[in-house]
Amino acid sequence: MERSSEVMEMGTELGKYKTCVSARSTNKEILKKSQDGGIVTQLFAYALEEGIIDGAIVAGQSDEPYRPRPFIATTVEELMTSRGTRYNISPNVSFIKEATRSYGLDKVGIVGTPCQMQAVRKGQLYPFGWRDVDSKIALAVGIFCMENFPYQSIKQLVEDHAGVKMESVKKMDIGKGKFWVYTERGAVVQLPLKVTHKYEQPGCHVCLDYVANLADVSTGSVGSPDGWSTVFVRTTNGDNIWAKAIAAGCFETKPIDQVKPGLELVSKLANEKITKNQKTVEERAKFGVNKALRNPYIKP
Amino acid sequence: MAEKITVGHVHMSGCTGCLVSLADNAEGLLTILDKYADLVYGLTLADVRHIPKMDVALVEGSVCIQDKLSVQEIKETREKAAVVVAVGGCACYGNITRFGRGGQPNQPQHESFLPIGDLIKVDVYIPGCAPCPQLIRNVCVMAYLLLKGTKEQQELATKYLTPLMQLAERGTEACGCDLMIDVINQGLCMGCGSCAAACPVRAITHEYGKPNVNREMCIKCGACYAQCPRSFFNFDVITEFEGIMELIDGALK
Repeated sequence: MERSSEVMEMGTELGKYKTCVSARSTNKEILKKSQDGGIVTQLFAYALEEGIIDGAIVAGQSDEPYRPRPFIATTVEELMTSRGTRYNISPNVSFIKEATRSYGLDKVGIVGTPCQMQAVRKGQLYPFGWRDVDSKIALAVGIFCMENFPYQSIKQLVEDHAGVKMESVKKMDIGKGKFWVYTERGAVVQLPLKVTHKYEQPGCHVCLDYVANLADVSTGSVGSPDGWSTVFVRTTNGDNIWAKAIAAGCFETKPIDQVKPGLELVSKLANEKITKNQKTVEERAKFGVNKALRNPYIKP
Repeated sequence: MAEKITVGHVHMSGCTGCLVSLADNAEGLLTILDKYADLVYGLTLADVRHIPKMDVALVEGSVCIQDKLSVQEIKETREKAAVVVAVGGCACYGNITRFGRGGQPNQPQHESFLPIGDLIKVDVYIPGCAPCPQLIRNVCVMAYLLLKGTKEQQELATKYLTPLMQLAERGTEACGCDLMIDVINQGLCMGCGSCAAACPVRAITHEYGKPNVNREMCIKCGACYAQCPRSFFNFDVITEFEGIMELIDGALK
């Protein structure tokens, strides 16, 4: 009995979900350049091939290295160019109406951070300007997120703190309490996360969602071994698609309670984020002298 | 089937785009009129000359204060309707009619167009130019549940409509600048892109993850700010998106 109440408590910071597993793609090409288990790329690739979606809004490449821009991938080849994480802002939601209009998509896939999943769901229930979008969102994949950075912040961290040219970076990663920069030549530079904090995007500090509670399927490295990702399957829609992808052999999976560090770490980090940001929200209420900063969770 | 609510469409100075948006619900509109609402007033749609008593008035357009009939009708609307909904940017914020300055509109002296909230108390706002058919539909279903539903449905409808009532209280001015003033300046923007997707005139682009508003292009419809998840985000409603979308789909079958 004690155990079930623990599970209930754990449920709130992790959002509603139907299943949680540790997983990785079975496609070697995807894994070559994926951040962790290649979940997002693999799931969209499967959904594209099966006609579950006819395009996906992803963080594509731009003129500057590691500066993403929203990109609509309508083929697996296009999707493959967007593998991996770039730790700065890609306003993917800005393409949500464009995808259904200029691109004529009827079944849209979108990947985004927890706040972007919140934006998508708000836009489905309150479509002020998102004409004919609500029923066309066919697969929303969320990624775990502690905070995000403006592009200039990442540039400052990589070039100034880590002393690496942006052009030379092979991969960036946040994990095990550090910010990692890997270069094409094989060098590895690590920065303590403490250094990165001041560069964070301020808007992230009122966010109360770590594991993309409102996505159909959400995923991130935390909780799973290296090269694997933790996956929460949340909605009925997400459950249907995930089950088909598993049946098609897209993913290897392991029960989440049989991997290290497991859900406990996800819960711990989720609680840390929510507690810290809840405190920020409260402090904003008495920021000035009898003057508050605005609280979006109370009113517009 | 419980009794229907009575709804009227009151047309002030606007382009009829909001009415077209309502009609763009196609079969959904027919279901609404069939099951939930009787249209008791509406130019070209209902053969009624004077504004009758009604549960919900959907008001489109701003009020030209040089036109006596418009002023009289908006006041009458407030008297006759239990709930007044400002549908679209013109009724909420003036929108494109903010740019009227005499010599252009129907009569040369018609130069002052006010959001209806400057003349009467408005209960619910639906900003946007035009507001999407799906949002007008959702508000219609929720208004029905609020007035005729079970206790549980009334609670849900109240929660759903609350931010739209708060937008009405917030004031009668809107602009793309609201993103700067009430979101970025407040340390709340996280660069999701919702605002750009909502803008009907493509006045918003994103530079390094933050919205950049071309103010010459902005028509002051209020869609961007309303769409922003950091203008309002009511967890108790939005986290239930799956159930609510099913409910609305079911209601329109």
